[in-house]
Amino acid sequence: MVMTDVPAKIVYERPEALDPRVTHYCPGCTHGVAHRLIAEVLDEMGETGNTIGVASVGCSVFAYNYFNIDFVEAAHGRAPAMATGIKRVYPDRTVFTYQGDGDLASIGMGEIVGAASRGEKITVIFINNANYGMTGGQMAPTTLPGQKTTSSPTGRDTDRQGFPIQTAELLSTLEGSAYIVRRSLHSSREIRRAKKAIRTAFEVQKHGLGFALVELLSTCPTNWGLTAAGARDWIEERMLPFYPLGDYKVSSAVAELKI
Amino acid sequence: MAKELIKGNTAVAEAALRAGLEAYFGYPITPQTELLEHLSARMPEIGRPFVQAESELGAINMVYGAACTGKRVMTSSSSPGVSLMMEGLSYIAGTEVPAVLVDVVRGGPGLGNIAPAQGDYNQIVHGGGHGDYHLLVLAPASVQEAVDLTALAFDLAEKYRHIVAILLDGSIGQMMEPAELPPMQPLKTDIPDWAVRGTDGGEKRVLTSINLDPPAQEVMNLRLMKRWQEIEKNEVRYKGYYIDDAEYVVVGFGTAGRISLSAVRAARELGIKVGLLRPITLAPFPKDVLDELTKKAKAFLVVEMNSGQMLEDVRLVVRGRKPVEFFGRMGGVVPYPDEVLTEIKRLVDGPLTTEGHPRDRWLTRLSETIG
Repeated sequence: MVMTDVPAKIVYERPEALDPRVTHYCPGCTHGVAHRLIAEVLDEMGETGNTIGVASVGCSVFAYNYFNIDFVEAAHGRAPAMATGIKRVYPDRTVFTYQGDGDLASIGMGEIVGAASRGEKITVIFINNANYGMTGGQMAPTTLPGQKTTSSPTGRDTDRQGFPIQTAELLSTLEGSAYIVRRSLHSSREIRRAKKAIRTAFEVQKHGLGFALVELLSTCPTNWGLTAAGARDWIEERMLPFYPLGDYKVSSAVAELKI
Repeated sequence: MAKELIKGNTAVAEAALRAGLEAYFGYPITPQTELLEHLSARMPEIGRPFVQAESELGAINMVYGAACTGKRVMTSSSSPGVSLMMEGLSYIAGTEVPAVLVDVVRGGPGLGNIAPAQGDYNQIVHGGGHGDYHLLVLAPASVQEAVDLTALAFDLAEKYRHIVAILLDGSIGQMMEPAELPPMQPLKTDIPDWAVRGTDGGEKRVLTSINLDPPAQEVMNLRLMKRWQEIEKNEVRYKGYYIDDAEYVVVGFGTAGRISLSAVRAARELGIKVGLLRPITLAPFPKDVLDELTKKAKAFLVVEMNSGQMLEDVRLVVRGRKPVEFFGRMGGVVPYPDEVLTEIKRLVDGPLTTEGHPRDRWLTRLSETIG
């Protein structure tokens, strides 16, 4: 073996904003990817020590265990209201919520619409995995037509069970929304795009430009009954047609942001 | 400072602001709305946050978030709105952060009406939200007392990391009477260690009400209950009128207590040795003084603007040792002093009993009156 004096160069390490802990998330779930992207962005912006996170109810209820950030834990759906309370007394702090689809788009629809319509200067990371993960895979407001879940065992029948909600599209209609985009975590290319969007969403807050939300299509292999790879394919084949990726609202002030 | 003629809701709002209220979150509902309206003008005027929330759910959870920063925060509502806030109150209690809630009670159940009532006693005093917790409950009987108790509410909330509720009724909230407002206090500058604010490179703080491990949850429950015992020991407040030589004692809080005082004075003029015990803290309930009065008095009359909710707490202390009678009006009907005087006379004339339930006897009498 040849020894050299060339010092090792660190090319990849744990962000400061993440605690060195093993998560409770299932193998193949993309919650961990989303956590890491947020942590990288906050570190890169120098905001880690200036940030207060709001965890929600769902699989990510213990998100605060994995971030090295001051955190509070909201009641089901109420994270945007809690974040409003914090941001209003601490306008110079970065405040974000991390919410799943059951939390945000069903029980918390009032709170998220209220926060967006007020142009609340918070950042929302919205995880859409088309089911209620923590309680074992029930039908969510995002469950696709025909999708089988434990509470739509024969597939979501839109006649009886209604239609899924396209959250990014819905919130983009509100004047208070400054930045509303949908990204996905099913491939490395999309993950890189998701990170850029998360960065923009936090910059929107830092510059006081209004409400920002990044919807992230995410895998749930356990409840979908698929392998990790199969779950990534399922996003591509099933979710993307109904939830197209894209920028749904970029206010003129946000469009001028230089990052 | 001089007294001024001021409406109860407005007075509480201004008193809160002067006590150093740093953020207010609310939602309009009669008969509480003037409180929100006053702060909608005053808070921005002095550079403090005011948010009219999308709902009472939103309002209480904004309070929850802001309370996690250790700042002085409050919300206000009226009965149906307070029902919606019960979820948030349980979470705030479970997270052990201080907050102040004003409930300007109206007639119910359901949408009910907007007239003064005391039907929220059980909801506020005996819980309403899920899980084991208590609220510390203050019940003023005048605009001045409401002003004075508002500043106290913040101090107690912070002292015990507790929710303090100010239980008004529609008449205290809507009534104008002379009151002296306190001078403006500076905002508090100390932030408690537990409050979130960003780590700034230090240890992270997490505020949550979740505790998946039952034994760990039980330890937390025990801590809450011990704190409550401490509150019961230190914070009981009440006012006694003519109780030193009283043979008969009326017990009433808030507006019912105030109306009863007029009746007690009228009875005294007739030579009846009757006094009034007016609890100011409904929780903790003034048990000791009531226990002492039980040893001396011949009988009790409980007067409420509900179907006898505090009555049960009185009966728990008296424990059948002396007769207890009840008089109440419900649904937003406010009793007249004459009605209470009639009940005092009934107490004196007898016959009295410790058998049966006073509510049953009252309902029989009331049915004959209002059918």
